[in-house]
Order: sequence, then C-alpha cells, then structure tokens
Amino acid sequence: MTDTNDTNAGGGAEGPDDGPARRRRRVIGTPPATGPALAAEDPREAAEAGAAYPGMFHARPEKEQRSGERWASVAFLVAMVAGIGFFVAYFAFRIGEHAPEGSATLAARYSNFGLGLSLAIALLAIAVGMTIWVRKVMPHYEVVDERHDPPSGGERREFGDYFMKGANESGIVKRPMLRRTLLLAMVPLGLAPIVLLRDLGPNNIEVLRHTAWAPGPDGRPRRLLIEGTNQPILAAEFDSPGSIITVLPEPDPGEDGHEGHLSLTEQAKAVTLLIKMRPEELALPPERLDFTIDGIIAYSKVCTHVGCAAALYEQTTHRILCPCHQSTFDARNGGEVIFGPAGRALPMLPLAVDSEGYLVAVSDYPDAVGPSFWERGPNFWERGNEHLDPEEGS
Amino acid sequence: MNWITARRRHPLMGYAVVFFALVAIGTLWAVLAPNADRAEARTQEAGATQQDLAAGQALFEQSCSSCHGIDGQGRNGMPSLQGVGAAAVDFQVSTGRMPSMNPDVQMPRKPPVFTEEQIDQLAAYVSTSFGGGPEIPASVDPDEDYARGDIELGQRVFMSNCAQCHNFVGQGGALTGGRFAPELTESTPEQIYEALISGPGAMPVFDDETLTPEEKLGIINYIVTVRAEPDSGGLFNLGRLGPSSEGLVAWTVGIGLIVAAAMWITARQREND
Repeated sequence: MTDTNDTNAGGGAEGPDDGPARRRRRVIGTPPATGPALAAEDPREAAEAGAAYPGMFHARPEKEQRSGERWASVAFLVAMVAGIGFFVAYFAFRIGEHAPEGSATLAARYSNFGLGLSLAIALLAIAVGMTIWVRKVMPHYEVVDERHDPPSGGERREFGDYFMKGANESGIVKRPMLRRTLLLAMVPLGLAPIVLLRDLGPNNIEVLRHTAWAPGPDGRPRRLLIEGTNQPILAAEFDSPGSIITVLPEPDPGEDGHEGHLSLTEQAKAVTLLIKMRPEELALPPERLDFTIDGIIAYSKVCTHVGCAAALYEQTTHRILCPCHQSTFDARNGGEVIFGPAGRALPMLPLAVDSEGYLVAVSDYPDAVGPSFWERGPNFWERGNEHLDPEEGS
Repeated sequence: MNWITARRRHPLMGYAVVFFALVAIGTLWAVLAPNADRAEARTQEAGATQQDLAAGQALFEQSCSSCHGIDGQGRNGMPSLQGVGAAAVDFQVSTGRMPSMNPDVQMPRKPPVFTEEQIDQLAAYVSTSFGGGPEIPASVDPDEDYARGDIELGQRVFMSNCAQCHNFVGQGGALTGGRFAPELTESTPEQIYEALISGPGAMPVFDDETLTPEEKLGIINYIVTVRAEPDSGGLFNLGRLGPSSEGLVAWTVGIGLIVAAAMWITARQREND
C-alpha cells in the first residue's frame, strides 16, 4: 500500500470536497489521472454552472441533433405500425376452436409467425430509435460517480433537480416530434397485455372435468382402442401379466359413414395407459376393484403434476414414472403418489366388458385428469362415493 | 527431479496431481477388475460337445443353476424361470445379459457368452423343463421379415408405447431405483421381438394378441430404420435431440466457461501496473 491509495484507507469520513490535492487511485482500463482530479469539484455547484464537470460535457451540433430526431422518430413510427400489426395478427388468425375447419395447425403456425414477427419488429424499432436518440441527440458526458454521503433532507429536492435537468438535456422536453412518436410507438404495446389477458377469461372450468371417454350420444360405453392400430381389445386376450398398451376412446362415427376421429386436444386429454397384472398383485379397496377387470386396470396417462405423459411403467415394481419431474405412482393401489411433486393419484378409468367381450369404459374419468386447478374440489373417493354412478362421471 | 522441484509450488500443480492420480486409479481398475464373464465363456465353449436337451441341461446346471436353482424356481430373490419360455432365454443370453457374474439392479448388454447353438440348446432345455412361455410365431422370422413391417404404423405404436422409456429414436433413458431402459442401437430384430413378447426385467409385455406380429414388424422396422439415419447431432449425440439442442447446451456451458474465465482473469489482475 502506498500513500496514493488513501481513498480506501480514509473510509467514509472523506467527502467529495477533500480538495484538489487528493490523488485518485487509478482504475484499470482508464487513462492516468493527469491534471486536477475530476471529482474535485462539487457536482451541485458544477450543475448550476450548466455542466456537471467542466470539459467533460459534449453537446452535439444542432444539425446532427435534428437528423437524429428525424431518424429516431421514423423508428418509433415503425414500432407503432408493427405494434398495430400485432393486433391485426392477433385478431386475423383465429386459432384453437375458432380456427377454420381442418386447418388448426396451419392457423396456429401463421398466428405464431405474425405475432412473433410484429412484436419483434416493434421492440427492435423502439430500441433502434432509443439508440439513435442517445447517440445523436442527447449530450455526451464523461462522468465520475463518487459514493454519496448517507441520504439527508436535501436529497429529494436534489433528485428532482437532477431528474429535470436530465429530461431537459435528453431533448424530450424541447423536441416534441421525438416525444410524440415515442408515445405513439408505446400505445399499441401498452394495450397488448390488456387485450391478451382479457382473452384468458372467462374460463369454462367444466371443460377440464370431462374427456372423450364420456359415453357417446347413443349412451353406449366407448370401447378402448389401441393408439396407432385403432383395434379394440378383447378382455380375454389382454391376458399376459405385465402387459401395457396405450389406448384412446372410440370416437363417434363420422358423418356419411366415414370413420370418426378425435381431435389432437381430445386425444391428449383422454390418453390412457392400460395395464394387466395378476389380480392378486392389485392392492385396491374392494369398491375400487369395480374399476378393474381381472387385473386389468386403466390410468390416465397425463401426470397430475404438470401434465407430462406419465407412462414409464415398470412391470416388476408396478410403478408408473413421469419422466419430467420423477413423480412416481403405484399402479397397484390406484395410482397413489409414492415419490415426486405430483399432488394426487392418477385418475382411474372405470372398466367393463361389453357383450362381445371387448373392454369398454363404463363412464368418463370420475376425476379430472391432468394437473390440478383451483376449482377441482375433492376427488371421487373423497367425495364419499363408494360405487360408480354412471351419471356422475359423464 | 529438478524440473518437479522447480514447479511443485506452481498454482496448477494441485490440479495436475489430482488429474494424474485419477488416471492412474482408472487404469489400475481397468486392468485389475474381475472379468470372469469372458473367462467363463471360453470354458463353456470348450465343454459344449453334447446335443440339445442334454447339452442345454449341462449348460444350465453349470452357468445358471447357482442363482436360478436346479429346478428353475429361483432363490434368494433371483427370478424364477418357470414359464419364461425360449424367447426370454434367447433374449437374455444372446444379448449377453445372462449369465451374469454380478447380479445387479439391471444387467447391461454385453457380448454374448454362448454360441448360437448353445443358446438354442439352453432355451430348449429351459422351455421343456420349466414350462414354455411366449414364443415368436413360426410364420415370422424377424431378422428376415422386419423390412415388410408398416413403418408408419410402427412409429405411431413406438411413440405411444415405447418412446416414453426408450427415447423416440431408441436411445434409452432412466427409470426408478437405478434401473434404465437400454438403448436399442445394437439390438437385432429378433431380440427386439423377443423383448416385446417376454418383457425382460422391468419392461412391460406386448403379446401377439395386443400387437399382432405384423404390427411388431412395423415397430422393428421403425427402430432399425431410424437408427440407420445419419445422426445430425453434431459433436455429441444428446440422444439425437438434434443440433439445436446441442447448440443450446454448448452455448450455455460455453458462456459459463467464458464467464468463469473472465472472473478468473480479473481476479488475478495486479493493481497499478
């Protein structure tokens, strides 16, 4: 330590008015401190003189400022147009259930592209305008910030002065074109969250409680079809212990005798893991055995934590693992959580066998599948149900 | 010695010592670790002169019965072979998982210990003595026929029933309790078929009523086709998640390293010179 390092040694007792004789410790990357120290002058005094630090204030030529003002305004106008484009894209491309028939995927792609592109242009143009503003219009300082004394009563007024001085120097006061175009650019972006959030409601909570397993219009229970092959399953043939297969509900027949199909959303909600184990391996209370057929048991494949596909079934341990957050469910006892963040058991699908021997779902899932939601309420067994009432789940 | 003496106080010397110690330990382990599986392979091959059931019985009593029991009932928590069938035996032995000198949570794939002929003898003995199990139907030879499988259907079935554990291109993944779904990069079509019908280890069973042999050929065709695709995953594979994800990892790790380096550089900077 040498005698030039007294800035640290002296601690907080020293203020900025220690006198011009004090030498500053050199900071790496800065030029050597030649001549009188920069911080020697009192900032307030200097501010009143018109510039914070004599010799370190560079105002731009008026011509450059005016050109910067124009270009920044152009950028802000571009941002405004792009911001309006965001709304156009939002309302022009109807997605989800509002999408034109048969082109939901394409509509979603166009919508994403339009929203993303317009928002990106708007934000980029604002940034470009700001940058031009700073580089061409605002004066340029070389500033040294000293540590301040603890705040005192005068601080508030000082801040107000400082703020107004900054506003004046930035040009926002005396250059109305910049001010107005910036406001124009911000208006659509400011409105966007309001419009977007408004579309989140009102929620139709009941949608979350039902899946495509509910019996069709004719009241016939739906068969379990193997996902991919669309084959129904004979209960007597699904007989190898340790078997699993992913199933979907039989869709309503299509019009004009065409095969019906489920939308991707319906498939995602209704997807079910069918498991066969030895009947003696099940550890279910008697009333819940109604849901199974000779050791065949069906669970929702949608994890009750955040909805990943929980289907990593180990036939030796009868665990169903969700790969996303390692929630682990016990397939023997009704899908109770044995590990991980999931908060409730996997819903069980009540199974039966129809007159031709095929596996069918008696009703919809009696509990909502997938992640929990505020309005979900107690689950099927907590509601005190001992036996399944087909009306209940459908 | 002078060279070391001069540098032993170098700041990087500690790292160098740890590095060389780890390399030395790893090399010693690789040289000295027991490798009895291979040793046994040679003795078994030398002794396999008999035929069929008798030969299979001899193989079984020599290599399998210590864990599975002379009667195939299993013991001390080792699995019973009652009713597992020839396909399960062929899968376990031809993938080198059995016989295992070191029964663990899960056996990894290894070079097979027995020849094909010996495996057939062993499978015949196990299925006749301890009861048959699921078999590949005589009408299907997966190694020959897989190419006629419907690959699109196979992909759909694979995605909904296999990909959750084995990854969408068969790269494998983790399960609970230290188990894992192995990668399918080396499995032969016949082994995949056998695994589907026998459900080895924690893997579920997909019998021929649930997924017909033709549908199974589609699954096998998908696996064989997709693993032959050129891997565009860049330097590291990352389960074939693709160059974008690899780029993300490289970016994150790389930026982290650069930040660490920057902190290190500034921390070492001397003052005022």
